[in-house]
Amino acid sequence: MVSDRGEIMAIKDLPEEEYVLKGHAACPGCPATIALRITLKALGKKTILVIPACCSAVIQSLYPKTSFGVPTLNIAFEASAAAASGVASALKILGEKDITPVVWAGDGGSYDIGIQALSGALERGTDFIYICYNNQMYSNTGIQRSGATPYGAWTTTTWTGKKERQKELAEIVMAHHIPYVATATIAYPEDLYNKMKKAKEMKGPRYIEILTPCPPGWRFDMSKTVEIARLAVETGSWVLYEAINGKVEFTGQSKRILEGKERKPIEDWLKMQGRFRHLKQEDIEKIKRELDEKWEYYRKVMK
Amino acid sequence: MIVIDTANHISALAAKMARARVIAAYPITPQTTVVEKLAEYVESGELDAEFIRVESEHSAMTACIAAEAMGVRTFTATASHGLLLMHEMLHWAGLARLPIVMVNVNRAIGPGWNIWSDANDSMAQRDTGWLHFYCSSNQEVYDSIIMAYKIAESQEVMLPAMICYDGFILSHTSMPVEVPEQSKIDEFLPEFKPAWKIDVENPITHGNIVEPHYYARIRYDMQVAMERAKKIIEEVGEEWGKKFGRDYGLVQEYKCEDADYVILTMASMAAEAKVAVDELRNKGEKVGLVNLRTHRPMPFERLKYDKIIVIERAVSFGLGGIVYNELKGRVPELYGFIAGIGGMDVSYRDIERMYELAKEGKDGWYPIEVK
Repeated sequence: MVSDRGEIMAIKDLPEEEYVLKGHAACPGCPATIALRITLKALGKKTILVIPACCSAVIQSLYPKTSFGVPTLNIAFEASAAAASGVASALKILGEKDITPVVWAGDGGSYDIGIQALSGALERGTDFIYICYNNQMYSNTGIQRSGATPYGAWTTTTWTGKKERQKELAEIVMAHHIPYVATATIAYPEDLYNKMKKAKEMKGPRYIEILTPCPPGWRFDMSKTVEIARLAVETGSWVLYEAINGKVEFTGQSKRILEGKERKPIEDWLKMQGRFRHLKQEDIEKIKRELDEKWEYYRKVMK
Repeated sequence: MIVIDTANHISALAAKMARARVIAAYPITPQTTVVEKLAEYVESGELDAEFIRVESEHSAMTACIAAEAMGVRTFTATASHGLLLMHEMLHWAGLARLPIVMVNVNRAIGPGWNIWSDANDSMAQRDTGWLHFYCSSNQEVYDSIIMAYKIAESQEVMLPAMICYDGFILSHTSMPVEVPEQSKIDEFLPEFKPAWKIDVENPITHGNIVEPHYYARIRYDMQVAMERAKKIIEEVGEEWGKKFGRDYGLVQEYKCEDADYVILTMASMAAEAKVAVDELRNKGEKVGLVNLRTHRPMPFERLKYDKIIVIERAVSFGLGGIVYNELKGRVPELYGFIAGIGGMDVSYRDIERMYELAKEGKDGWYPIEVK
């Protein structure tokens, strides 16, 4: 069923148009491809993608071919939000009102090297959607730690596990007072689709972050991508919400958790991933403690 | 119309009259008054353009790249550290073959902080695939910016262009500039017609992964375009001369026909060298001047002299003078002076002295090694 506002109730309601075409170069079980496929179904043909260095720069396949069905401008790692400002200004000058500039960037390009350009574009009110597909590491360069890597996770630059917590980019983005901020994950395609649809209808800077569990990076079987994403939400490790003009509403399973539904034990999620295999009991206790604190914060401050 | 103003305000005026539609810039001394003026033009409605107040020069160049890829004429300006921060995106603009026009107000690089003129900032960008022009007067700044759009946007070239001039010496010095009517500029420089652009009706992917054999070909094409640009620069300069009475080309020669020695220099030092040449001529010395307006492409074919004295405001450490070394082996008798570093004053008397030193067979850092 599709509502008046274009929102869907189930996967079967997704539009048939495909903009991520056959022959792309993603790994089997790749969550970024699932996320982009759903995203572009929601945003449609009148979208201009800006992509910095990230897995999607490879996934789109080699010159002179492409597997993306919307115009795509690749740009340097730290530069995507600034490029979107250039596209948005050009669209304004050209009098094009119904084309959406969309950044599609990984967490490395968003949390770390691209945060300056992102903050600048948000602050100056660039009319665009910034999408961060977050796989919690630099995956394209071979699994290095990023600002989004969680405490304890093995990467090729944290061989004994990351010693620091990840930061919360969506919350940093909210401090820019922009019209729309949302989080999503590929396990709930309707939620992701509907948030994209909602963002598309708005003006100004809009930010959506999608958790995209990466099989080779997180060390799990490629058949488990969606399962891991769902468990991330059910254990409360990932949270689904949206903030319209700063007003936060939790959505889906996260809303239910906030209303009192018990979170599944975090161990269920951790033990499915090789990157957490080395964790000691004290590490797990620390993760649990910090997760409790995070949910306290959601309840008391963000809600 | 004669306008008396600083090179920075003249730059802003030229960008306005070239009808740049997207301007993205970040302030830095001594470029600041360029962007202040442009912001004023846009806010007052005098210029129908989008002004993006970016948070860094890296983003300024990136925004210009993206807007230009959308098929829109762009402009930016920077200096010194700002240009260095752009370095990655300068390469990007060159390889993407986007005819962005940018002003760089030459300024020394820190540490220590030094806001005076020095060309090491732009000289360090000479391999990025940009056309490099150096100006010796505010008039040249105006003329060069308008011409740069026509040269850069030529489908035989399609390379970005950098217009350089000395910080403070020109940037903050008022001089009379002849400014043609807007209609004459529009006639000279029609609307931008890009060879390709980002378009939802024709969804291409620009800049995805490219295999070595394609990549090498794209790089080779840039070199070919640089060579073709030599012809276009001469043609556009000649057309400008016919329309507006001031001829331009790859170089400007002064009293070179019968000269035994030719002084070769760039930017405002070329204006000073002109005085030095007149003084030396009065003393009976057969000396001429080549103002190297264009550093990329390097116009070797216009530099066929037997004895050249290069005076330059930049250095490549471990090599020496940059232009000097580029000419080495191509000129039978070549002298190289590094002078004016960090804004040290170079007067016509200094240039006369360097000429005398060269005649004695001496050259080097002036006045540190030789004086």
